[in-house]
Amino acid sequence: MAEQKQNEKSKKTTTRVKVYITPKKGILDPQGKTVQNALHSLKFKNVENLRIGKYIELELAGKTGGAAEEEIDEMCEKLLAKPVIEDYFYEVVD
Amino acid sequence: MKCGIVVFPGSNCDHDTYHVIKHVFKQPVEYIWHADLASLQQYDLIVLPGGFSYGDALRAGAIARFAPIMDSVKLFSSRGGKVLGICNGFQVLTEAGLLPGALHRNKTLKFICKQVQLKVENNKTPYTKKYKNGQIVTIPIAHAEGNYICDKKTLAELKKNKQIVFTYHKDNPNGSTANIAGICNEKRNVLGMMPHPERVSEAVLGGTDGRLVFESLFSKK
Repeated sequence: MAEQKQNEKSKKTTTRVKVYITPKKGILDPQGKTVQNALHSLKFKNVENLRIGKYIELELAGKTGGAAEEEIDEMCEKLLAKPVIEDYFYEVVD
Repeated sequence: MKCGIVVFPGSNCDHDTYHVIKHVFKQPVEYIWHADLASLQQYDLIVLPGGFSYGDALRAGAIARFAPIMDSVKLFSSRGGKVLGICNGFQVLTEAGLLPGALHRNKTLKFICKQVQLKVENNKTPYTKKYKNGQIVTIPIAHAEGNYICDKKTLAELKKNKQIVFTYHKDNPNGSTANIAGICNEKRNVLGMMPHPERVSEAVLGGTDGRLVFESLFSKK
């Protein structure tokens, strides 16, 4: 019973986040360009502006709402994205 | 000159650099483990060697910059200590904020390992004083992320302060901004370069154009 209560409590205070890292506008994305060329040669000639970034999932224990977002911003700025070449955005899933 | 070479998990040019400093130039040198909280005040030069620290996870150099030893490296450089970052070491220096900009994927997407021609752009640094300004030298590169990127403001500052130390001559192999192959900080005590001078410091290995980096450092004049 006590354990169950604990579980419910920890569920409520965990924030699931999806973080997307994208190449900054104007920065050449050689990987994206290569994949776009490959799609063109596969007959998908209408593909334009293909860019490849990174997708990161994480769970944040003990923080929700604004406090969680503040922490995610800090993580992105300090480690997950390199601001000179990358942008980031994220979605809070629940 | 007492030298220390930082060893990260995945460093692979630490032994080459050690060999050149110890056996070619007969200078005292030690390895420094990345997880140590050692003070570096007994050293005159710290080298961040080439390799693939932490398997290049996330971005090259992104994890190494949080290694416990990096706080000491920052303190050491802030007091004017010389820090030389070669290849992955250069990537670590940009990630750590000791040098501006970033090293992005090569424009060809390929890992490039070959001899390249470099132009010495500034010989008024402790690392290049034995070169002549404008001298063309041949030093190998071996990287997949050597495409130096910075914003316009940073590039203007690098130019104004003469922080661009080496550029690729004629052929730019990786797409780097302004053909940059190596830069220093404003104080000149921190140098990051993608080419490997330690690989061309003995004639038996096919070249000696990298020797002058070490001769510059170790010469008293």
